Amino acid sequence: MATMTTDGAGPKLRPTKSTGFLSWVATTDHKRIGILYFWTVLVFFFIGGVESSLIRAQLAQAELSLITPEIYNQMFTMHGITMVFLVVMPFAAAFFNYLLPLMIGARDVAFPRLNAFSYWFYLFGGIFLYSSFFLGGAPNGSWVGYAPLSTNAVSNMAFYAVGLQILGVSSLASAVNFIVTIVNMRAPGMTFMRMPMFVWMTLTTSFLLLFAVPIIAVALFMLQFDAVFDAQFFQPATGGDPILYQHLFWLFGHPEVYIMILPAMGIVSEVMPTFSRKPLFGYAAMAFAGAAIGFIGFGVWAHHMFTSAIGPVPRAAFAVATMFIAVPTGIKIFNWVFTMWGGRIRFTTAMLFSVGFVSMFTIGGLSGVTHAIVPHNAQQHDTYWVVAHFHYVLFGGALFGLISGVYYWFPKVTGRLMDEKLGKIHFWSWLVGFNLTFGPMHMSGLLGQPRRTAVLPGELGTTVETYNLLSSSGVIVLAVSASIFLYNLIRSIRRGEVSGDDPWDARTLEWMTATPPKHHNFDVIPTITSRDEFWHRKYAESDQGIPVAVPVGASDDHDDHAGDGEHIHMPDPSLWPALHTLGVLPLGYGLVYANWLLIGIGAVWMVAGMFGWIIEPLAEGDDDEPALVGSATH
Amino acid sequence: MTRKNLGSGDGSGPTPLRRRGRHLALLTGLALVLAACGGDQSALDPAGRFAQRPHDLILWVFGIAAIVFVLVQGLILYTSFRYRRREGDDSMPEQVHGNTKLEIVWTLIPAMILAAIAVPTVQMIFEQMDEPDEEFLTVEVIGHRWWFEYYYPDYDIYTANEMAIPVGVPVRLEMTSTDLARSPDLGVIHSFWIPRLAGKQDLVPGHTTYLNLEADAPGRYIGQCAEYCGLSHVNMRARVEAMEVGDFEAWVAAQTTPAAVPADGTLEARGRELFGDLGARQACASCHQVWEDGGLRGPAQGPDLTHLMSREEFAGAIHDMTPENLRAWLADPNSMKPMQYEVNGIGMPNLNLTDEELDALTAYLLSLD
Repeated sequence: MATMTTDGAGPKLRPTKSTGFLSWVATTDHKRIGILYFWTVLVFFFIGGVESSLIRAQLAQAELSLITPEIYNQMFTMHGITMVFLVVMPFAAAFFNYLLPLMIGARDVAFPRLNAFSYWFYLFGGIFLYSSFFLGGAPNGSWVGYAPLSTNAVSNMAFYAVGLQILGVSSLASAVNFIVTIVNMRAPGMTFMRMPMFVWMTLTTSFLLLFAVPIIAVALFMLQFDAVFDAQFFQPATGGDPILYQHLFWLFGHPEVYIMILPAMGIVSEVMPTFSRKPLFGYAAMAFAGAAIGFIGFGVWAHHMFTSAIGPVPRAAFAVATMFIAVPTGIKIFNWVFTMWGGRIRFTTAMLFSVGFVSMFTIGGLSGVTHAIVPHNAQQHDTYWVVAHFHYVLFGGALFGLISGVYYWFPKVTGRLMDEKLGKIHFWSWLVGFNLTFGPMHMSGLLGQPRRTAVLPGELGTTVETYNLLSSSGVIVLAVSASIFLYNLIRSIRRGEVSGDDPWDARTLEWMTATPPKHHNFDVIPTITSRDEFWHRKYAESDQGIPVAVPVGASDDHDDHAGDGEHIHMPDPSLWPALHTLGVLPLGYGLVYANWLLIGIGAVWMVAGMFGWIIEPLAEGDDDEPALVGSATH
Repeated sequence: MTRKNLGSGDGSGPTPLRRRGRHLALLTGLALVLAACGGDQSALDPAGRFAQRPHDLILWVFGIAAIVFVLVQGLILYTSFRYRRREGDDSMPEQVHGNTKLEIVWTLIPAMILAAIAVPTVQMIFEQMDEPDEEFLTVEVIGHRWWFEYYYPDYDIYTANEMAIPVGVPVRLEMTSTDLARSPDLGVIHSFWIPRLAGKQDLVPGHTTYLNLEADAPGRYIGQCAEYCGLSHVNMRARVEAMEVGDFEAWVAAQTTPAAVPADGTLEARGRELFGDLGARQACASCHQVWEDGGLRGPAQGPDLTHLMSREEFAGAIHDMTPENLRAWLADPNSMKPMQYEVNGIGMPNLNLTDEELDALTAYLLSLD
């Protein structure tokens, strides 16, 4: 348990043990926070999967009513919210947290306690959203939460407005943290153009979050005030405008799409070079295509509103912008393929998922271009064609990439390899299940099946019914496949083959240090002389550009473990981020129920937590003694 | 608002449809394959020019996408097989870092393809949204939770769920959503969609939106609300009944005739009496209108019932208009379509009608032809 100490400086509570429950609550180590993110994501992923299974069960046959429309509407709303905000986004955050400092040769992120704060806001935001199930029903106004439907009390969307606000705080804090870390804490010699592509994508994603999240924060505040305090932002009868909500939501919502896909693109850009034994093809083009996607991503939002109350001029302008965002995406796809071209490709599970990503994402990209054909978009919009499209992008894209990352970096985190045989069964069943589930949706959408309908109308015809049955059966394959993944994960943690420090003959810095990494990551911060630093330390190039191994002894490819780490200062653990953020729960419930007492308790709690956080010294012991500073810094 | 009277003697018959028959063989084949699996609500089986032209455009795009798909997936597969590491091969590949020429090629070629698609797209956006050049029929569409109301301003006709239109004449829909001034339904966003006649267009409270559609042949075209609007979203269907111009004129004539008043002493007369007065319970007439001779015509909170029997379906067009269904609906509406009368005042309440009242009201409704 925590050792409580008090002295003149104020209240202190700081666990001193490095194992056990409390050490996790108080951790400020980016690697442990990354692991916390990962397991929380996994829990929400399976919950979101159960929700989608109920949806698909209901739609397996026409006119089926296994669950009531009320429950169905809650299920598809929560499935969307869960997969976007509680799975894909924080899944990427898990990778950012764990890998970013390791990849740039830093000992931690710039603001370790703020990093913990981000995680706790995420966890409490998720718990808050899910508590709605026990408090009168989950939100049922769809994940886009269009006003004025969502301002109606029966939609339970106050939980959505406040819950997403909480998650937004988490995203904003992480974005600031990662940007500052990347800009300031790269190892000596690591210029921007020497950063691993994953770090580039982290940077781009963080900037997208930084600019996009405040927009939805505004929208959510307005929505919440309409829903809870009878404000009139979106009520046309009193001069409000429902279209305003749509603009605000999608001005966030479209960059959000790239927030979800860019991290996966970063992962694939690390996995493919390693298993092709070649550097990333067109590094600069890749980095700038990512940045271009980020920029253009802010100028295409109204393509989600082509059937809304907007005129022909915005329809035309956003159609053209939407078409051209396909260009940088295409650049990335070709560069990935040419990274493999001429290589010696090892098809490990991680590589299979990355190749699967490129292939499936291409399909999602092609169906995405059809949305820009505005006259026909009016047929596709809000049908299963769209459902198919964004699952090819977010499931076939983002999730394939993220899972590739799990197989790739698992040995880095645990020191053990995941089972390749199970991994390959997982990949192929995942690929088949995915296409079986979402492929037929293209057809059922074009044949007139709208999304968000609580039953499958029989009048759509037997062909549509057949496609739906196929989709539903695909979910069974996916469920089995996901279970294999989970089993492999848990089994490999305990009994996986020991990996060593560099199991893949990798190229980037994180593989240069001990596995699993020590708390301080690197005993000696490496000096960077080239892109793919680790690779260049292992291999010199022959006259023909063929790498030859550097002779043993001349190699500088390992952190020589020169120091014992004793004199490296790492941030001490702190309970304050968790304690402080816990106050968001009473505050959130207070805002949902317009309960001033709860709002007051939450506000006071959080302010008190802030004081505790500030008063607590950054570190125990010597660091607080000014007299010793001089001797410690020479 | 443009109101143009229809059938005013200038001989505006069906406009011949100008299909663009200049597809490549590939695209024609694609179209056939796609149309072959079309259902009644299929977007792949257009039956009017406002659905046909976007369909023709998307077939080109599908064709180009299919070529890109084959090329890219083929490249991925070829690369994967060709450059897979063979057993025991520990050799090192050449460390290629990139190729500027290739980068330019795969930037410019997709950009040019997209530019080629963008031109007809932008042109068609304006064409589809503009008022038709020819004479057209105007129908106002008002979205309610959970049914569509239609008002024909030229003829002062109110009806619900099923929209009658003449074949070969463009129809311009002026659409919005209901508002608090009119019903407890504060007005949410809906979307009107009859896939075989036109793409969808949202109905937004506080805004007026427009949609053009036209049917080439008589028939019943089905569709449904396509923007999620809450509990009974799936039970908000739309129908277009396209008829020859002469039949349409007959329909207009029937709809502009007041409802017949049943003879005294009949069951129908008892039903009419209950319709206007259910004692302490809310009367049907407080939400529904039956327009009789000498009465005023105007919008009501619920569907207009003046010529109820001219429609084939009711309750958001999810139930057939049969005596049994009507009686069951009156007895317990919520069991036939989930609504929110208890919490929101939206939809039809259960009026706790007795068997005698049910018989009388059903008989009365059946007389409204």
